Amino acid sequence: MHNTRFLTQEFEYFVPHTLSEALDLLFTYQDKRTKILAGGTDLLVKMKTLGIGVDYLININEISEIKNVELDKGLKIGAAVKLSQLEKMKAVKEEYPALYEGITSMAAIAIRNMATLVGNICNASPAGDTIPPLVVYGAKLRIVSKKGERVIPLEDFISGVGETILKRDELVSQVIIPEPYKDLGSAFCKKGRVKADIAKINLAVGIERDGDICRDCRIVLGSVFSKTLRAYKSEEILRGKVIKDDLIISAAKRAAEEIKPIDDVRSTAEYRNELARVMVEDTLHIAWERAGGKRW
Amino acid sequence: MKKMEIEFILNGKKRKIEVKPNDLLINIIREDLYLTGTKYGCGLGECGVCTVLLNGEPVLSCLTLAITVDGKEITTIEGLAQGDELHPLQKAFLKNGAVQCGFCTPGMILTATALLRENPDATEDEIRNYMRGNLCRCTGYVQIIKAIKECTSIKNKGLTN
Ligand SMILES: Cc1cc2nc3c(=O)[nH]c(=O)nc-3n(C[C@H](O)[C@H](O)[C@H](O)COP(=O)(O)OP(=O)(O)OC[C@H]3O[C@@H](n4cnc5c(N)ncnc54)[C@H](O)[C@@H]3O)c2cc1C
Ligand code: FES
Ligand code: FES
Repeated sequence: MHNTRFLTQEFEYFVPHTLSEALDLLFTYQDKRTKILAGGTDLLVKMKTLGIGVDYLININEISEIKNVELDKGLKIGAAVKLSQLEKMKAVKEEYPALYEGITSMAAIAIRNMATLVGNICNASPAGDTIPPLVVYGAKLRIVSKKGERVIPLEDFISGVGETILKRDELVSQVIIPEPYKDLGSAFCKKGRVKADIAKINLAVGIERDGDICRDCRIVLGSVFSKTLRAYKSEEILRGKVIKDDLIISAAKRAAEEIKPIDDVRSTAEYRNELARVMVEDTLHIAWERAGGKRW
Repeated sequence: MKKMEIEFILNGKKRKIEVKPNDLLINIIREDLYLTGTKYGCGLGECGVCTVLLNGEPVLSCLTLAITVDGKEITTIEGLAQGDELHPLQKAFLKNGAVQCGFCTPGMILTATALLRENPDATEDEIRNYMRGNLCRCTGYVQIIKAIKECTSIKNKGLTN
């Protein structure tokens, strides 16, 4: 058993008040074991249980530039914004319901008061609950370093379990979510062993409706592969078609064939495949109704 | 490791204290400031017994570095009563048999204060949902929910949800 009572790692601590101070620190200490501290709900657990070493710790919670959410043709969410801050926003609940459902499915209130959206992304867990919704909404990340900045799609950010394309002198400063299409319906669904558990499977879907037709859609699953997976072939079944029950059933079946789940302590692969089919079917129905589509 | 001085408000009083960067808030509260109402359970964010209020919001002191609360306000269970007068939630917990071994109680009550401030008319479902990160091995939760329900606003009291 590991000791969860103390942190045995010794490190130097910094609490920058501006982004440029933080970027200077990251630049200076890029060859050392330097870690960014947001909510710490992943980082401190990993330091306690895996004993990961840290030489320099940079607390980004006092940087005012990254503490707010800008509501301007979509959402721009700073890296120090807490999950509970987001779930209380009307715009999140009403315009991005899959994100709202993903966030509120997570842990419990104390964790969500500490944890950030960007921390959930950077932790790069295949079970991260905000990632499928954010991919559905076409989110991008603003990545900054002392040398400049780049904006990349979230889909290209995570490269494997716990791995991202972030360079050692960079940090993610903001999540940029575009304004949704006017008739977009979206939904999130998660199954754990019990409520508030880490997901066996989590998924989000979005359908853009044009009359009876699905003009575009996204079906994004988590916990079924080393990273979040888009069910492209399943999406293909719906795209450009008149939406009917049998089409949703075949899309769900196709999605379950596309995933590559593993056997682990939470479930067998076989169970996950079957579960995925049912969950995709249900969630597509909900999204289609939210898009204003009729049921049969 | 070098100690650094932090200043914060603990249960309404200003405190200045030296901490090491890797000191957890729970250990500072319990062992340096001798407030042992805050309990230590899992150490991993799963059980909620270490809950304290940070600027009024529940957080877990087992996953919080003490150094990060510099300039902030912390409330522990010891900070709720007004002199000898217990907080209404504390009274309701006692009255309803919601305290058995008592280990979960500080975290439960602190979390519930935040719930009732945010949502004074909370329904039973809303109470259960909000309290889901606070585990209790003794009561089976029924008495705890009942005690919290009793403290919701008058409007809601008569309803059974
Ligand atoms: C009891 C418990 C239950 C949980 N339940 C869930 C759940 O249901 N679903 C779920 O998805 N997760 C869950 N989590 C995991 C965790 O709470 C989330 O992933 C959370 O969003 C992480 O955010 P944080 O701000 O705490 O990240 P931190 O722990 O501060 O950071 C996580 C990682 O990202 C890095 N990082 C943080 N911010 C940045 C940045 N701006 N730029 C670059 N790197 C950065 C850190 O260095 C670290 O490596 C749970 C955790 C606990 C302890
Ligand atoms: S001791 Fe902090 S959550 Fe269990
Ligand atoms: S009263 Fe014993 S753990 Fe809740």
